[in-house]
Amino acid sequence: MISLRIDDTPVQAEPGETILQAARRAGIRIPTLCFLESLSPRGACRICLVEIRNWNGRLVPACATPAQEGLDVVAHSDRLTALRRTILELLFAERNHICAFCVSSGHCELQDLATELGMDHVTFPYRFPALSVDLSHPKFGLDPNRCVLCGRCVRACAEVEGAFTWGFSGRGVGTLVEPDLGGPWAKSPTCTGCGKCVQACPVGALFEKGKATSEQVKRPEILAEVTERRPRA
Amino acid sequence: MRRIQVLVCSGTACQSSGGERVKKALLEATAARDLLPEVQFVETGCMGPCELGPVVLVYPEGTFYVRVRPEDAAEIVEEHFLKGRPLKRLLWAGAAPQPQEIPFFARQKKVVLANCGVIDPERIEEYIALGGYEALGRALTGMTPAEVIAQVQRSGLRGRGGAGFPTGKKWELVRAGGPPPRFVVCNADEGDPGAFMDRAILEGDPHAVLEGMAIAAYAVGAAQGFVYVRAEYPLAIRRLEVALAQARKLGLLGPRIFDTDFSFDVEIRIGAGAFVCGEETALIASIEGRRGEPRPRPPYPATCGLWGRPTLINNVETFANVRHILLGGPEAFASLGTEKSKGTKVFALAGNVRNTGLVEVPMGITLRELVFDIGGGVPEGREFKAVQIGGPSGGCLPASLLDVPVDYDSLTQHGAIMGSGGLIVLDSSTCMVNMARFFLEFTADESCGKCVPCRVGTQMMLGILDRIVKGEGSPEDLLRLEEIGAMMKAASLCGLGQTAPNPVLSTLRYFRDEYEAHIARRSCPAGVCPNLVRYVVVPEACRSCDACRRACPTGAAQGEPRKGPYRIVDELCIRCGACFDACPFGAVRKLPREEAR
Repeated sequence: MISLRIDDTPVQAEPGETILQAARRAGIRIPTLCFLESLSPRGACRICLVEIRNWNGRLVPACATPAQEGLDVVAHSDRLTALRRTILELLFAERNHICAFCVSSGHCELQDLATELGMDHVTFPYRFPALSVDLSHPKFGLDPNRCVLCGRCVRACAEVEGAFTWGFSGRGVGTLVEPDLGGPWAKSPTCTGCGKCVQACPVGALFEKGKATSEQVKRPEILAEVTERRPRA
Repeated sequence: MRRIQVLVCSGTACQSSGGERVKKALLEATAARDLLPEVQFVETGCMGPCELGPVVLVYPEGTFYVRVRPEDAAEIVEEHFLKGRPLKRLLWAGAAPQPQEIPFFARQKKVVLANCGVIDPERIEEYIALGGYEALGRALTGMTPAEVIAQVQRSGLRGRGGAGFPTGKKWELVRAGGPPPRFVVCNADEGDPGAFMDRAILEGDPHAVLEGMAIAAYAVGAAQGFVYVRAEYPLAIRRLEVALAQARKLGLLGPRIFDTDFSFDVEIRIGAGAFVCGEETALIASIEGRRGEPRPRPPYPATCGLWGRPTLINNVETFANVRHILLGGPEAFASLGTEKSKGTKVFALAGNVRNTGLVEVPMGITLRELVFDIGGGVPEGREFKAVQIGGPSGGCLPASLLDVPVDYDSLTQHGAIMGSGGLIVLDSSTCMVNMARFFLEFTADESCGKCVPCRVGTQMMLGILDRIVKGEGSPEDLLRLEEIGAMMKAASLCGLGQTAPNPVLSTLRYFRDEYEAHIARRSCPAGVCPNLVRYVVVPEACRSCDACRRACPTGAAQGEPRKGPYRIVDELCIRCGACFDACPFGAVRKLPREEAR
């Protein structure tokens, strides 16, 4: 077992576990967004950044950093809360996150994080990009205006379903999640229509058609459940 | 009997200024005089003074010709080759015939570039004749891998890619990083605007890099290497391919090198034009065929690199240094440089400096020596303002810091970085806000989009700078820039995002008054930002030729031909600069706006 400290609490971790896993087992909540149980960690959203005191105060993503013997981790501090809030603000300002018009309002991880971290207004200018919505698929829709580029759909599709339909195109602020090499979702030759991407999406970017906001509750945990139930060789 | 040897620079810079045509013309002129049996022509890599290309060096006496044109060929052959009189008008500044008499060369210390501009990079025999592959032979036949690592550690060599991690330490970590297979990767994805050190080394002395990689592979226990080189370097790629084929043919790469149990080969991987792929984990992803995106470290490539195996990634210049450590001994290597930065560093001098080009200097030389003694200072009539070191990740140092020694720690301490070696000289005609904006636009465009602080943070900073250069900034903007910059440095995933704010932060530190002038007085002191300048006609220089009036789209340039100086009415002017470009006498000037609004 590896011994480390998180917020001055002694914590034990199995070899190979991440700081986030160690914290969760010890009942310490670290907010996350791009992380999803059973998918490979991406370390992209930076919401789960923690400070390592004995690495000169370096900030690392808890989801992707292996727990190591003797680490002195700060998971909650004024500095970290301010940082997480700023990152949330940047996400809200980047695209068009208008809760009142979103099918995920009320059960959206981005919205929940804003509440949890006390982010009650955005101090950056909104960018208001005009991104076109893909409603070609008979069961699902994709609204990139609400996408936070966490890549949970991409990983769910590749790692759990094995279809590799979703991928990123473009780069920087112009990055988009697209099926195959672009083109309408309905025309995708690889999509199995399983809907795991929709369940994995933390926001309203991927949604089920024909469901009202109150019915649009997602079940991201099914990815872990499916993986768990799989027979192992 | 060959009595004359002519070295023609065939680096990218000299090729683009017509070096190939010069060589062809020289060959024809030599043939016309029946001198071909007496004259040997050699195409070399970069000789350094790119500004003065195409350059030609004639031995045995070592006469250095600059800005040679194909039309000069007949005269060179006639006067020099036949009659033995150097052609004065083609000499550097019309005076110094030999390179060692020219300050540009005299103050340099060529170690990594020793062969560059001397040998034909496409002939392995020339490299071997100058001691090439001897270091590899010594390592393989007389040293254990641990001894090789110990020598590199004792030399004090630090990574030349910019961050300056101790090279020997890295090798040791890779060797201990896990069981084989292990890999060696050469990072040749040089992408900083204005930087061309690695390109010049690959073009001018590709075997030095391959030999360094082979020695490293022996030290860390790797059998396979990759050179990741950007597609924008076609000549470097071609010379690497030639070098690889020649080394394989002679058994210097491939199975059982020097008849030992050590086997090693190298493959070339060509980048597709993403700056972020110079970051080691993104580079690995790209070689593996995935999207070029960085991933969080730890784990580091030393334990988990290419296909999850222990991987050594060093930069081109780092590898090119290695053979000199083994040949001359680590103590000799460490005798150059400062306490914590050993050896030499290659810089690409660019910007407002007389001698732009490629230079190699001992670590610890001052910026003043680099810019003024070697670079020749800024063009006449201008004033030195700053050096920008380290490209989009680096910072600007003002004139007051000209005596700072060039080493990893001093530069970092003052808000710049050593970086890979791009050094851009800025003079009084440069607007620092506009310059910082240029670099930020570059990083915003090159951000891969994976992590939020870099993807959105660069956009937010760019938005603020856009407003400031348009004259729409507010005083709070400067604090906001510093806040976002600090957040990006701390929270971004990779080096690109962590260093992207540096050009802005360092100019805010040393040239805050320029930002304030843009905001408070809506004036660009350097007269660069289009919205914040006014165009005026200098009456003494105006010949009332009417060119400005005809060019002006709004009727702001006014006057009558041959009836005295013209004038530009500021209220009508849209600051398009058409009059400035049209004036054949330089009578239209750009001045900073003065009035407050």
